[in-house]
Amino acid sequence: MSYSTEQVATMDSIIGRYPRKRSAIMPLLHYVQAISGYITTEGIEEIAKKLELSTAEVTAVSTFYTQYKTAPVGDYHVGVCTNTLCAVMGGDLIFDAVSDHLGIENDGVTADGKVSLERIECNAACDYAPVVMVNWEFFDNQTVQSVKDLVDGARGGNPPAPTRGPKTLRTWKENSAVLAGLSDGLAGEGPSAGPSTLLGLNLSKEGK
Amino acid sequence: MSKLSPVLSAHWDEPDSFTIAGYKRHGGYNAAIKALAMQPDEVITLIKDSGLRGRGGAGFPTGLKWSFIPQGDGKEHYLVINADESEPGTCKDTPLLMANPHVLLEGMIIASYAIRANQAFIYIRGEVVHVVRRVQQAIAEAYSAGLLGKNIGGTGFDLDIILHVGAGAYICGEETALLDSLEGFRGQPRLRPPFPAIAGLYARPTVVNNVESIASVPAIIARGNDWFQTMGTEKSRGFTLYSLSGHVTNPGQIEAPLGITLRELLELAGGVRAGHTLKFWTPGGSSTPLFTAEHLDVPLDYEGVAAAGSMLGTKALQIFDETTCIVRAVLRWTEFYKHESCGKCTPCREGTWWLVQIIRDLEAGKGVPADLDKLIDITNNIAGRSFCALADGAASPIISSIKYFRSEYEAHLTHGGCPFDPMASTLFSTAVHA
Repeated sequence: MSYSTEQVATMDSIIGRYPRKRSAIMPLLHYVQAISGYITTEGIEEIAKKLELSTAEVTAVSTFYTQYKTAPVGDYHVGVCTNTLCAVMGGDLIFDAVSDHLGIENDGVTADGKVSLERIECNAACDYAPVVMVNWEFFDNQTVQSVKDLVDGARGGNPPAPTRGPKTLRTWKENSAVLAGLSDGLAGEGPSAGPSTLLGLNLSKEGK
Repeated sequence: MSKLSPVLSAHWDEPDSFTIAGYKRHGGYNAAIKALAMQPDEVITLIKDSGLRGRGGAGFPTGLKWSFIPQGDGKEHYLVINADESEPGTCKDTPLLMANPHVLLEGMIIASYAIRANQAFIYIRGEVVHVVRRVQQAIAEAYSAGLLGKNIGGTGFDLDIILHVGAGAYICGEETALLDSLEGFRGQPRLRPPFPAIAGLYARPTVVNNVESIASVPAIIARGNDWFQTMGTEKSRGFTLYSLSGHVTNPGQIEAPLGITLRELLELAGGVRAGHTLKFWTPGGSSTPLFTAEHLDVPLDYEGVAAAGSMLGTKALQIFDETTCIVRAVLRWTEFYKHESCGKCTPCREGTWWLVQIIRDLEAGKGVPADLDKLIDITNNIAGRSFCALADGAASPIISSIKYFRSEYEAHLTHGGCPFDPMASTLFSTAVHA
């Protein structure tokens, strides 16, 4: 594929944010994923051309970061936190159960291309453990059953809404565009804070 | 009187707390206007005198860091915010930015003005899309309100803020790796000196501050040092976010004066989960040496935790009860450090790999008695021998766990594997059995 005039213009606008253009490499890689779902050869070549780098230099960067995928992931990329705290609280059981349920291993994708699965590291939501991220949206306080329901819904095209996020779960590509710095206008959806975030504030209001 | 001091978290329960209207309703951006009417050096002095110390882990005095930026050097200066919150257990900056990104932007205006920077960056981790949305929107709102861009508030001060989204690399929370990543390279730490204050982003003088540190600045400017210093302890002034997670009845964020103890925090959070007892905990994330029940009364400030043999770190209090196997917990953290080692320095890259193999064998009942000393030996050979502190972090849980729970490691040898039921430590063990 080659990129449309509009896509090339978006890339230029991303580059224009920075004082030095090489800094745009990460948002450009996110943008390639917004278009193709993963880091394609064409994407690497286009970024190299725009930033006046070799494709090896761009590849060296893209392969350093785990969010850049070398092969397609599902429309709904499910990350189960199995770092110590979430693992102990149930993350290990959730991962194993969902892996069995979907018939895929770590980094696997279902045959219909709808759901992929990844063990993820701590995602800064430990007070909501066990935590699952789908397309990097928060699904707090998960159970084996809730995650099975979640992936079944996703495969049927009707995933549940994130706990702290937009009203409707967006696809992997759509969220990649947000990470590239393109607004989707959904910042206003979802709560300001979840219940655990408000623990101390509520206690202080009770005079504790 | 309440032990708590909600300042950062004071309005998080309002449905529009993350909007500029919600922020301004409670005096938001007044501190920036006040600071822009001061001399930049006065702002630095005020923050220096406040006693505010970095909330990202190291506890370096914030105002002192700002004062290291050379002035009149004719070069661009940069402020870079470290919002790459990834230390296991750490979950404070993420909810802060979701609930109130404007307080960070206001702090950035003040800090940039003080260090004479006209461009500032927020480096946020890429695995939190909704937080990215909130920060994006806040920046757009601040530009529309004339609080960012050219001639802010008619003062002649210009500031642009650029949001930069990471892509999944714990090491980018290390400030020099973060700068390399922001420049468009693999995120690998730099050898220091030179420090970022002299040669940081694009080899220009740069301040790198944690989200919570800078978010604490507007309140100090608005309410003054006398007020700020009523909270905390002599060398650890002010309020901070403590994050309780794990086997605690009510996990969550508790904002309190520095120096509160885990005993007090647990009491507020309803204690360890019903029917269980505290076994071990981290005071400030997985890179800080473990504590046990004997440390319940350690004041959680920089000096108190250090005196007890650990570090305040990010104040990420991960609570584990007696159902948790120490070897399993430490193995998983060690796997994390192995996975996140950037590979630049041999001791860290190779050492974390070996540590994982040995602990995996121990957990699986394939270890031998000499493994414990070998673990200690390897940690001694990787800690302090790399460009950054990742290997030191990997060593912390291993050394401290062997110190407090050596017999439990040994039980894995005699038992022929892990003597614990992993189901018992989960939150929903009954639901799984049903």
